[in-house]
Amino acid sequence: MDTIKKITKQQLFLPFFCLLLVLLINLIKSPTFFNIGIQNGVLYGRLIDVLNRGSEIAILAVGQTLVVAVSAGTDISVGSVMSLSACGTCMMLAGYGVNSTTQLAVPMGIGILFGILLGGVCGCINGALVAKLKIQPMVATLILFTAARAIGLLLCNNQITYIRYEPYKYLGNFIPGCPIPTAIFVTIAVIIVVSIFLRKTALGLYIQSAGINSRAARISGINSALICFVCYVICGLCAGIAGMVASSRIYSADSNNIGLNYELDAILAVALGGNSLGGGKFNLAGAVVGAYTIQAITTTLLAMGVSTDQAPVIKAIIVVIIVVVQAPTFKEWLSNSEAKRRALAAEGGQKA
Amino acid sequence: MKKKVLATIVAAAMSISLLAGCGSQGAAPATEAPAATEEEAPAADAAEAEAPAAEEAAPAADGEEIKVGFAQVGHESDWRTASTNSVKAALSKENGIDLQFVDCDNDSAAQLEAVRNFIEQDVDYIVIDPIVSTGWDTVLTEADDAGIPVIVIDRTIDDSDKYVSWVGSEFTNEGLAAGAWLKAYAEAKGIKELNILEITGTTGSSAEIGRTKGFHKYIDSEGWNLLDSQTGDFTQDGGQQVMESYCKSYAGKFNVVICQNDNEAFGAIDAMKAAGVSYGVDGDVIVISFDACTAGLQMVLDKAINADFQCNPLQGPDCLKLIQALKAGQTVEKQTFMAEPWYVSEDILKDISYTNNAGQDVTEPLVVVDAATVEAAY
Repeated sequence: MDTIKKITKQQLFLPFFCLLLVLLINLIKSPTFFNIGIQNGVLYGRLIDVLNRGSEIAILAVGQTLVVAVSAGTDISVGSVMSLSACGTCMMLAGYGVNSTTQLAVPMGIGILFGILLGGVCGCINGALVAKLKIQPMVATLILFTAARAIGLLLCNNQITYIRYEPYKYLGNFIPGCPIPTAIFVTIAVIIVVSIFLRKTALGLYIQSAGINSRAARISGINSALICFVCYVICGLCAGIAGMVASSRIYSADSNNIGLNYELDAILAVALGGNSLGGGKFNLAGAVVGAYTIQAITTTLLAMGVSTDQAPVIKAIIVVIIVVVQAPTFKEWLSNSEAKRRALAAEGGQKA
Repeated sequence: MKKKVLATIVAAAMSISLLAGCGSQGAAPATEAPAATEEEAPAADAAEAEAPAAEEAAPAADGEEIKVGFAQVGHESDWRTASTNSVKAALSKENGIDLQFVDCDNDSAAQLEAVRNFIEQDVDYIVIDPIVSTGWDTVLTEADDAGIPVIVIDRTIDDSDKYVSWVGSEFTNEGLAAGAWLKAYAEAKGIKELNILEITGTTGSSAEIGRTKGFHKYIDSEGWNLLDSQTGDFTQDGGQQVMESYCKSYAGKFNVVICQNDNEAFGAIDAMKAAGVSYGVDGDVIVISFDACTAGLQMVLDKAINADFQCNPLQGPDCLKLIQALKAGQTVEKQTFMAEPWYVSEDILKDISYTNNAGQDVTEPLVVVDAATVEAAY
């Protein structure tokens, strides 16, 4: 009993529980969901799809968690920034105004670096607005939310730029000879790098203290504004990397559609991970699990043949349940009624 | 000190990016503005000078330029760009037309404003590709009162009939043609059973409604087996995700995939490639697509897509015909459906016959794609 309690008390318990719940529904509905095989020399199965397709949201969730923790606000520009960095990369690789290319104008590495850097620049802008000018995060990031997609469209000369160059597809698909989707490696790399950064430096602690009480943190010698700025830059870089993966999947820059509504999924992932949107303490692993939960729901609905138009309704219902289960008020109510029941039982026992 | 440097750099970056944004956006109106005023001035003069003389005669005498205002939706896709270029090319100076072009950038209020401007400038004809289908009655009545004929292209206007003619595509016919082709193709190839997976476009868009309606007519009448139908939102990523799921749910059970635009088809093909499903002309799965843009036709040429049904963006020539007919005082049809070529990759069938949405039995040729067709596509 005690061990169970210990497990349920863990912060990571609920996010994992939700993910397992979604997977359990699949186990009952269609056991083939868990089939993993090798087809065409690569891993093939719905679980692989979840891990693969969930990459972008997971990467975004990493950055978003830090932003939420430090500023008690959300960066709603990440989806648009994804699109902008994808457009930047494709524009560099193809050359301005070129609609489709098989020959790269600059080496691929430079193009990709440019795209990720573009994400970083967007992060700098957001960070400066929030940390220096003290603008509310949602309002500050609203600027790039609207502008980034349009700037991307300008970079790509108002068209979808195709990079029909085989290695460019590797990032979002498979590297020849490797059976695991590359996007999974990218996600792992991002998570590891950020966690090391948080663990090996005091940044993690600083973020929490700045998030809980920015003024108190400043008085105790932490440069709150700089910490906040850094978080937004990391979030921008994450959006840039996610943009690269999304662009590589379709080997093009579809400025209107890349990362569309992803900011909402990223915020949801953070919330599902048991992180308070009020800032302060945060849990990176929870957010990542939350991201895969969202993708698991999407993949499940696709597998069950639920029309993709109606999927959001069911997604919303599931999310409501998950959020309610995680809400402190609900937990309190649950433990209260549990206590009441016990008390009643004890009373009954006495009477008998 | 450090902070100040950082702040300055960021501020500089922001202002530069803002400037860049404004610059490129501002440039367009800036260059257009003088042209517009130039045109306006003589237009106004001419109108005043003409007014007494042209009272009874045709609006413009021979040899004089016809003034046409064109309010376009925007420039959101290659298709729209092709449409714009087609109209610009057809309504040119060589054809005796002075065209005023306004790109409304998907802003319906701006489009209404543009049309009102045309009315104020007293142009001879107005061409509109309406961003939204409602809210047109007032402004079209104004145009009607001013005696300016309005031609609507591509999208439709639902709440007013004060326009002389509409030029566009009949999406239902595209779907019907796809069905007729599939029926004939299956017969020619000796395929008995058709198990179809459908990837539809954005739900509720006129293209999605029409293409689904047309194709489903054949599914119902021929008793084909529609395994599943989900939307890919007209995007490559959407098509790819839906197809990835299809490949797992219906592994080995399907032999037709119909995508409602080329981008979805690209995504579906990538997903099939990854799953090791053979497709196209030499494969197990027949791929049908709509739109027929350059990249799509290239896929048809490469035998990856079996048939591609074009949604013709070239409204220009039909517009010109209408304007010339109106100028000559002829009455014109309220609706003009553009000729839409059907592209195929194999030279098996010459043509297809079907009953179109208007209830007429038609036989239309199939175009086998070669390098020249791809080159000529939009």
